Amino acid sequence: MLSKFQIFKIGFFDVAPHLLSVIPFGIIFGAIGIELGFDPIMTYATSLIIFGGASQIVFLQLLSGGASSLIAITSVGVINSRHLLYGAVLSEYLNKLSSIKKLFISYFIVDQGFAVSNIYFKKNKEQNFNHYHLLGSGITLWLCWQISTILGIYLGSIVPEALGLKFAIPLTFIAIIINELRKSDHLIVMIISGLTATFFYNAPFKSYILISPIIGLFAAYLILKFKK
Amino acid sequence: MTWTSIFIAGLITYFTRMGMVTLIDKDVFNESFRKILNYVPSVVFPSIIFPGIFLDDYGALVAITDPKIYGALAAIIVGFFSRNVILTIASGLTSYWFLIFVF
Repeated sequence: MLSKFQIFKIGFFDVAPHLLSVIPFGIIFGAIGIELGFDPIMTYATSLIIFGGASQIVFLQLLSGGASSLIAITSVGVINSRHLLYGAVLSEYLNKLSSIKKLFISYFIVDQGFAVSNIYFKKNKEQNFNHYHLLGSGITLWLCWQISTILGIYLGSIVPEALGLKFAIPLTFIAIIINELRKSDHLIVMIISGLTATFFYNAPFKSYILISPIIGLFAAYLILKFKK
Repeated sequence: MTWTSIFIAGLITYFTRMGMVTLIDKDVFNESFRKILNYVPSVVFPSIIFPGIFLDDYGALVAITDPKIYGALAAIIVGFFSRNVILTIASGLTSYWFLIFVF
C-alpha cells in the first residue's frame, strides 16, 4: 500500500509533462493582464481567486474592452462550467472524504489535474488516500500557475511569440486522450465534440465549451443505447 | 467594481468545481450514469483541441497547409504508438517548429 506522500508524488510526476504548456501560458497571461492596463495586484488576484487560465484572459479582455461586468462574469461561468463535468466524474472517487476536505480539494480541480488523476483513480480503485493524487497534480499546477503569472506580470512577454507556444495547449490535451483513440466509440464522440466546438466557436460567451460537450455526451448516450 | 467582478467570477468558478463534488449523491451512480461519465474526457478535451488546431487567433478556419495541423498529426501518430505523454507533446512541437522555421 502506498503512503499519502508517495501518492502525492505520483500526482506530481503524472502532471509534470503538462507544465510545458501551463508555464508559458501563465507567463503569457501575466503579460497580457499588464498590457491590457490592469495593475499587477489585480492581474495576479485573478490567478488566485478565479484560477482558470482561459477564463481569466477572456475576463480581462472583456473588461478592458468596455464590456459590462455581467458579460465578463457570465463568460467566466460558461467557460468554467466544464468543471461541473469533472466534479461529477471525480465525486465517485471523493465521496468518502469529509465535507471540509471536499471543499478544499475542489479548489484544485483543473483540466490537466482532472485528466491525469482520473486515469490514476480508474486504475487504482481499491487504494486508500487516492485523493492525494489529485492534490499532488492540482497543487503542482496551482503553484506553477501562480508563479508563472507573477513572472509574466514582472518580466512581460519573455516567451517569444514566434515559438507559437499556445500550440502546446492542444498538444498536451492530445497526449491526455491519446489512449482513448483506440476505442471506436470514443473516437466518434471525440470527432463530434471537436467539430461542434469548431463550428460553435464564435457563439456568445464562449458557450462552445458548454455546447460541444453536451452534444458529445448525447452522442455517447446514443452509442451506448445502440450497443445494447 | 472590477474587484467585485473578480470575486463574483471566482465564486462562480469555485462553485463549478465543488458543486458536483459535494452535492452529487452516491446513489446517483448507477451503471448507465457511470458509463456516460466515462466519456467526459473524450467530449471536453476535443472541444479545446479542435479549435486550437483548426482555428486562428480570430476564430477563422486555418488553411489546410497550416503547420498546426501537421504538428497535431505528428503528435497523434507518435502518441498512438509510443503511449508516452512527453514524446507526444515533444513530437508535435518539434514538427510544428520544423515547419514554421525551416520551411
